[in-house]
Amino acid sequence: MTAPALHTAAPVAAGFSVQVDGLTKIYGGGNTEVIAVREASFTVARGEVIALLGPSGSGKSTLLSAIGLINPPTRGRIAINGEPVMDGPRPLVDLRAFRRHHLGFVFQKANLIPFLTARQNVQVALEVNDVAPRAARARADELLDYLGLGDRRHNLPFMLSGGQQQRVAVARALANHPSLVLADEPTAALDGHLSRQVMELLRQVAHEQRAGVIVVTHDHRALDVFDRTLEMEDGALREHAGPAPEPAPVVKPLS
Amino acid sequence: MNLAAQDIRHNGGRFALTAAGIGLLLMIVLGMGGIYAGMVYEATLLIDRLDADLWVVQRSTRGPFAEVSRIPASLEPRLSAVPGVASARRFVYHTVQRERAGEPWRFSVQGLDWPVDRGQALPLLTGRPLGQAHFEMIADRTLGVALGERVRLGKDTFTVVGLTKGMTSSSGDPMAFFTLRDAQAIQFDQPGEALRLDREARRYRASAAELGQQQPGLLERAASPSPALPVLGPPTVSAVLLTLTPGADAAAVARTIAGWPDVTVYTHAEQRDLLLRGSVDRARRQIGLFRAILVLVSAIIMSLIIYTLTLDKAHDIAMLKLIGARNRVIVGLILQQALILGAVGYALAWVIGQWAFSLFPRLVLITGPDLALLAVIVLLISVVASGLGIWKALRIEPNTLLS
Repeated sequence: MTAPALHTAAPVAAGFSVQVDGLTKIYGGGNTEVIAVREASFTVARGEVIALLGPSGSGKSTLLSAIGLINPPTRGRIAINGEPVMDGPRPLVDLRAFRRHHLGFVFQKANLIPFLTARQNVQVALEVNDVAPRAARARADELLDYLGLGDRRHNLPFMLSGGQQQRVAVARALANHPSLVLADEPTAALDGHLSRQVMELLRQVAHEQRAGVIVVTHDHRALDVFDRTLEMEDGALREHAGPAPEPAPVVKPLS
Repeated sequence: MNLAAQDIRHNGGRFALTAAGIGLLLMIVLGMGGIYAGMVYEATLLIDRLDADLWVVQRSTRGPFAEVSRIPASLEPRLSAVPGVASARRFVYHTVQRERAGEPWRFSVQGLDWPVDRGQALPLLTGRPLGQAHFEMIADRTLGVALGERVRLGKDTFTVVGLTKGMTSSSGDPMAFFTLRDAQAIQFDQPGEALRLDREARRYRASAAELGQQQPGLLERAASPSPALPVLGPPTVSAVLLTLTPGADAAAVARTIAGWPDVTVYTHAEQRDLLLRGSVDRARRQIGLFRAILVLVSAIIMSLIIYTLTLDKAHDIAMLKLIGARNRVIVGLILQQALILGAVGYALAWVIGQWAFSLFPRLVLITGPDLALLAVIVLLISVVASGLGIWKALRIEPNTLLS
C-alpha cells in the first residue's frame, strides 16, 4: 500500500485509520544528535493489521509513541481517523482528549492498575471518557465476556495469569471503540500458544471493530496473522511486499 | 469509580499504619492546645469559683496566686464597713508538699471562712460541705484520698467529708479545703521544739530588757503561747474577698479601698488577668511555638507520605494519562487520598486523645474551638501536602510506559 502524501493543504483520506507523512524524530543536537526515525511515511486502513518489525534500537517504539501522540515528532505530519493531529512537534488537537477518543494501547506488560479489578481496569478507560458508570460497567463486562474473561471480572490483576492480564489490556484498549490500536510487543512475555492467541485476537477485533492495528513485534511465529509488515532499520521504514521477512539477527554483524 | 478509595481499599494495611502515625502526630498537636486550655482553665478556675467582686491583697503585691500576700485578718471588719460592700471573706491559700506512701504529696490548701462559707458552692462528687469548725476537710479526688479517710497534717488529724471533681490550683495541684483556722494552722504549724525555743527566745529577750527585770510577771507572759499574747497579732490571711451590694459601683468602691496605704485592690477581671498574663502567658507562648513546629513537622511528614504514595503510583498515573484521563482525575486521586488520610488521622487523634489525655497528670482540656481549629489545620496540611504529590504526578509522562 502506497502512503499518500499528507501535506497540510492536502486532503486527508477519511478511510484510513492513520496516515503518517515524512515523520522524523531527532533526539539531542549537535554532536549528540540521534535520528531515531527518518522520513517515515505510511498509512493503515481501517480494519487492517500491520506488523512493525526491526531490531532493537531501530526506532520502532519511537515511531509508535509518535503515532500514539505521546512523543511529538521533530518533523512530519500525522492524521488519525481522517483528522490531522500533528504537524511536526505542533499538536493540532487536544492530544490527551484525542487519545481518549481514538486510540487504544497494548504493551509488552499488561500495565493493569493493580488496585483495580479486571472489570474496573476496563471501566476506568470508559469513565475517563465520560461514559456513565453503569454503561461503563456494562461495556466492560461485554468486552471481558467477548475475550473469555467473564468469570474473572472481579479478580485483581495479581490473580490473573499473564495471558489473562494481556487480554484485559486488550479489552481496555478496545473499550472506547478506537480508530487505531497500537501494540508494543504485546506477546513478548507470553509463550507461543498464548502469543498466537493474543495476535489473533487483535486481528479479530481489528476486523470486527474496523480499527487499524499496528503491532511492534519480534515474534516471527505469528506473522501470518498480519495483513502487511513494515520493517525499520536505523530509523528508516520500508515495506515488505509478499511473505514476511526472515527474522533479523539479534546482533548485527560488524562492518 | 473512586480511584482513591479503590487504592486505599487495596492497600488497607499500609494506609491504616500511615493514618495511625499521622493520627498520633495530630494527637500531640491537639494535646498541645489541650494543655494550654487546661492551664488557663485551672489558673482561672478558683478565681471564677470564688466569684468575688474585689480582691484585697497586701500593698503593692499581685497576690495571692502570682506572689505571696499577707494581710491582717482584722481587715475583714474594716472592709465590711466600706459603703457598697455586701460581705467580706477572709481567704487563705498556700501550697504544701508532704510525703504519703513514700511519694511526694503536693496540694494547695484553701481556707473557707467558716461558718459563712462551708464549701457549699464546691462541685461535690460525694460527701457533704464542712460540718464543724475544725478537723474536717474537702479534697479533690485527684488528691487520692477516700471519703471518710483520716489525714494527719501537722499536729491535727482531719476527716475527709467531701470529694470534688476538677478542683485544681493554677499550678495544677489538687486542692483541699479546710476552715480558715485549720488552713492557718497547717500553714503556720511548727514542731513543739520550735515553739519551745521561740517562747524561750521571747523570755530571754524580755529578761534582757529593763522592763523584764523590773516586772518578773512579764517574763511569765513572754513564755506563754503566741495567741495568748496581745502584742502578737493573729495569723495573717492571704486576701480578703469582697462581694458588693447589687448596683454598687465596683470602680468607686475599689478607689476608696485603694486609698488605704496597707492594701492593694483588684477587680475579678484584673485578678484573672494577673494570672493569665503571668506564668500562663509564657507557657502559652512556649506551647504555641511548639505547636507551630509540630504543625510544620506534620505538614512535612504528610507531604513526604503523599509524595511517596504518588511515586508508588507513577506507573498507574502514566497509564491513566495514556488512556486520556484528564488532569483533574489525577489531581483528584492524590488530593482525595491526602484528605482521607488527614480525616482518618484527625479522627484517630480525637479518639486516641480521649483515652490518652485522661492519663496525663495535668488537665488536658479539648474544647470545641480547638477541635475546629485542628480540623482547619488538618485540611490545610492535607491540601498543602498533596501539592508536592500533585506537582510530581503532573510531570509524569505517559511515554514512560514504552521504556
